[in-house]
Amino acid sequence: MGKIIVEVMLKPEILDPQGQAVGKALPRLGFTFAQSVRQGKRFEIEVAGDPTPAMLADVEKAAEEFLANTVIESFVVKVEK
Amino acid sequence: MRVGVVTFPGTLDDRDAARAVEYAGAEPVSLWHGSDDLKHVDAVVLPGGFSYGDYLRCGAISAKAPIMKSIIVAAEHGFPVLGICNGFQVLAEAHLLPGALTRNADMHFLCTDQTLKIENNNTMWTNGFTLGQEILIPMKNAEGNFNCDDVTLHELESEGRVIARYVGVNPNGSRAAIAGITNKRGNVVGLMPHPEHAIDLLTGPSKDGLTFFTSLLHSMIAG
Repeated sequence: MGKIIVEVMLKPEILDPQGQAVGKALPRLGFTFAQSVRQGKRFEIEVAGDPTPAMLADVEKAAEEFLANTVIESFVVKVEK
Repeated sequence: MRVGVVTFPGTLDDRDAARAVEYAGAEPVSLWHGSDDLKHVDAVVLPGGFSYGDYLRCGAISAKAPIMKSIIVAAEHGFPVLGICNGFQVLAEAHLLPGALTRNADMHFLCTDQTLKIENNNTMWTNGFTLGQEILIPMKNAEGNFNCDDVTLHELESEGRVIARYVGVNPNGSRAAIAGITNKRGNVVGLMPHPEHAIDLLTGPSKDGLTFFTSLLHSMIAG
């Protein structure tokens, strides 16, 4: 069984209040390392066998049309070894 | 005249939308997300709520529902569609309207009576207003922050496609204080605040919202 990962992030120019809220909470907990935080989504898609190029092309299409809203988000498709 | 009101799983305001249609003098017809049958209605309202629990993104899964396939095809041929709140999010996700509705800038769920200024009274849903008219209707959302790129904003502004703007404070961080927009043809309108909750003084802050629905009747009869 193979696994395909799709990661979706808000584009840099889009305000991310959720990420900001997390970023503001970290120092309150004593974690002082973060200059900024942005929050995204990760989809783990299990497929039968090793992902084929055709399958990956389909995942790209699904990400473009559905998993991400490319008006506000960008995405990357990866194969997990 | 028959006006469809779509119910998705998680829709909240379908009854109020149907009531507003009835107040305006049309016959509300209940439409189901899982069917592609528009039941020969003359127009459609996509009501507010949390369709599909706002999973993935607000309106994203609803935009792919069978009823939306029929609505998209019809809307591209001039069929009137009004999307309120979650309905606006569905229209944006379905690409019937440009831009996207994102998380409110201050993270809060807003619930308030909001003053809006009508900036386009040439659409099928706003022709009963006077240009520049200020109206007071409820607003309740957590993802009402209208976002689009500069090119889209310029297009919306130069073509007069912003139908309503927030007056006073910009409650959710929307670009250019945009509360509602229309498509090029003026048959598809998306609005974040809720006109269907402001049709009777017994239950709303004004009766201003009713004009969206009577505008539709007027444009259908005139057209």
